[in-house]
Amino acid sequence: MKLPTQLPNFTLPEFFARFGQRLPQLPPTLALITALNLALGRLLPREPLEPLLGKRLAIRVSDAGLTLRFAYGERGFRPSFGSVAADLTITARTRDFLALLAREEDADTLFFNRRLQMQGETELGLLVKNTLDAIELPHVTLNSLAPAQALQHLRRILSGARNSGA
Amino acid sequence: MSSLAPLELVCPAGTLPALKAAVDHGADCVYLGFRDETNARNFNGLNFDDAALAEGLRYAHARGRKVFLALNTFPQADNWQRWTGAVDRAAKAGVDALILADLGLLDYARRNHPRLRLHLSVQGSATSYEAINFYRERFAIQRAVLPRVLSLAQVAEVIAHTDVEIEVFGFGGLCVMVEGRCSLSAFTTGTSPNCNGACSPAKSVRWEQTAQGMETRLNGVLIDRYADSERAGYPTLCKGRFTVDEATYYAIEEPTSLNTLELLPQMVEIGIRAIKIEGRQRSPIYVAQVTKVWRAAIDACRRDPAHFSPQPNWMAELNKVSEGQSHTLGAYYRPWK
Repeated sequence: MKLPTQLPNFTLPEFFARFGQRLPQLPPTLALITALNLALGRLLPREPLEPLLGKRLAIRVSDAGLTLRFAYGERGFRPSFGSVAADLTITARTRDFLALLAREEDADTLFFNRRLQMQGETELGLLVKNTLDAIELPHVTLNSLAPAQALQHLRRILSGARNSGA
Repeated sequence: MSSLAPLELVCPAGTLPALKAAVDHGADCVYLGFRDETNARNFNGLNFDDAALAEGLRYAHARGRKVFLALNTFPQADNWQRWTGAVDRAAKAGVDALILADLGLLDYARRNHPRLRLHLSVQGSATSYEAINFYRERFAIQRAVLPRVLSLAQVAEVIAHTDVEIEVFGFGGLCVMVEGRCSLSAFTTGTSPNCNGACSPAKSVRWEQTAQGMETRLNGVLIDRYADSERAGYPTLCKGRFTVDEATYYAIEEPTSLNTLELLPQMVEIGIRAIKIEGRQRSPIYVAQVTKVWRAAIDACRRDPAHFSPQPNWMAELNKVSEGQSHTLGAYYRPWK
């Protein structure tokens, strides 16, 4: 799959938000925390994330009707259930989360433009942002996020980790 | 213009990827800080430990660029050694210059590391050539970063009367510019940029979506409320909206960004030696975007200063990443003095 080099500015049709919020949120949450747990201790360093221990986080993808609730503990990320409010909620559109992931947009720029909202413990949000910014990623392009390339990359990371005995 | 010393582009780095972005996109120098209150961007997860600094230095030096380390906050009696320790660590790492504000630290650095190049920080708040020449005489500073309060004519006057290289801010966030002396954050949160390295520390900031709009609170104090269509700014007291005599408005200053791109030929002509970009708290992509535009502009100005004018796409790119509703030439361009 060939993707454009820069993300176009899109919002998912309203349909997604209306129906997305009626769908079970657990499968996408599990997908996210699986990815985070795979990265933890490898790409994602544990030490700077210590202030997140015991905290409940929520990622709200507004135009997809998704709210992914999870918590961080000694054993990594896990889904978070119940009605307790998250300690930190980050809200943005699908497009802007993807742009952040691909390092095409600066979080402060999105905040100034009112495209990224942060509610709750701001300090946790800043820590997450700065920790992610400090990670030296191999250059992530949109094409590298396409499923086939991403899987291939994941395989390389995992085989590298096995070979190094991690 | 070839007779003049080249204008250096000095770009911010809060992380190693940001440093590499600056170098890769054309910065001549990168400035950064340690992971503590010895610098004025002391935020969680930001800045450099010794290993990251060593890697940053290696990366920049391999490409012929310089790295400046900001130690631009003021030590107190009970923590003096943390700051002198930072001076020693920076000297040992091999940074190209230290950016200092405190008189005691300037003295310490001069005595203990006489070969280390010293720059006077904007936090030192020196606006006259008399003050700058005093720093030169006592501490052999080689560069001073001017506070953002002088007009271009006043900057020219300073340059004409000193051998110290002059660096000015060209782009980025603005505050009330009582640099090194502002107590607004300390007043509201107990934490100051001058001693703790953080203006409006994140632990004191709360954003809340309400029926009236997004509210910003600083240590519980409501400092602004944004309608959905309004651009937001950083949560600082100086850029809050307050009710004064029954009118609610930006009573101290409006959130705007400095952008002096159009003054570039004049800045070169009066002999400014370096242009600084604000934003160590920003992501690597901001550093890349802003550095790229300023590199292109400086190169265009060097080739043909008489016909230089900022390209619309440069201004659009810079406006996109700016804080607040608009950009300003700040104090550099004003009829009054």
